[in-house]
Amino acid sequence: MEEQHQQKDTNKYSIIIPTYNERLNVALIIYLVFKHLKDIDFEIIVVDDGSPDGTQDIVKQLQNVYGEDRILLRARPKKLGLGTAYIHGLKHASGNFVVIMDADLSHHPKYLPNFIRKQAETGASIVTGTRYVNGGGVHGWNLMRKLTSRGANVLAQTFLWPGVSDLTGSFRLYKRSVLEDVINSCVSKGYVFQMEMIVRASRKGYHIEEVPITFVDRVYGSSKLGGSEIVEYLKGLVYLLVTT
Amino acid sequence: MKHVVKILTLLVAITAFWIGVLETKISPRNNTWLLPIYFIMSLGCYDLLMVGIGLIQFRTCPEEAVLLQKDVLEATEFLRQRAVDVGSD
Repeated sequence: MEEQHQQKDTNKYSIIIPTYNERLNVALIIYLVFKHLKDIDFEIIVVDDGSPDGTQDIVKQLQNVYGEDRILLRARPKKLGLGTAYIHGLKHASGNFVVIMDADLSHHPKYLPNFIRKQAETGASIVTGTRYVNGGGVHGWNLMRKLTSRGANVLAQTFLWPGVSDLTGSFRLYKRSVLEDVINSCVSKGYVFQMEMIVRASRKGYHIEEVPITFVDRVYGSSKLGGSEIVEYLKGLVYLLVTT
Repeated sequence: MKHVVKILTLLVAITAFWIGVLETKISPRNNTWLLPIYFIMSLGCYDLLMVGIGLIQFRTCPEEAVLLQKDVLEATEFLRQRAVDVGSD
């Protein structure tokens, strides 16, 4: 937020936030984005999948506060999946960079300036947030959850050689053209989708950089990891092994 | 080249090397026979070690939750003043 008036004046960032029943969180996250990106040209694109809790109403109220040109509501009639939510948001994005992040506040907007700075310094095509390096971390995970996460990561590192430390994180900044290029070849669901995106991007030879982020799982958060998620993950791993 | 092909190629290369060592009898045959087992075991140990190191270095950051709670209160206050309906929920 401090010294960002160098050469980034011409860049515009489109922040795509898919939502489903995130009424309160979407308001908080939008406030925090505006707080932390003061001198940056950006727009927020909320892709709401027909939330019954009034998420769209509150986004409209936020448009009254911040302006309809800064917050775009691009709703869809029902839950249609994460990957297509990004494609949908991307269609309406006018920035040359696109940020994707979760609406549940596990991704804090205070890290956005770090993503932008990292990109500007390195010219990277993708900057991805990582919980696994110095300065990163998590809150609200027990030992079992951490163990599963690390185990899954080491497994992926062993077999996929992805070149990034955090494959399933979904807090990322993309050059718009790169996101457009990568997203259409990705078919997975859930967080395997995030893994597929970064692995395909890595295989295509795009320059990927990382910044540390902390991931805060709030008490009423939804980070469950049961047997079926693990099976999905392993299937995703095999899928990526034979298709990328 | 698909990644699985890359890995298989590597495995084939290693196997070829191993057979080569077996045939030329550079080292005693008994030792050479066990090389694949050593290879798999050391790979497994390396992965376990990486999981262990990863776990140790995996930082828990309760302070971030506190900061976030502050941000939530600040945001709620700000938005309420501007007639955004953040009261319920």
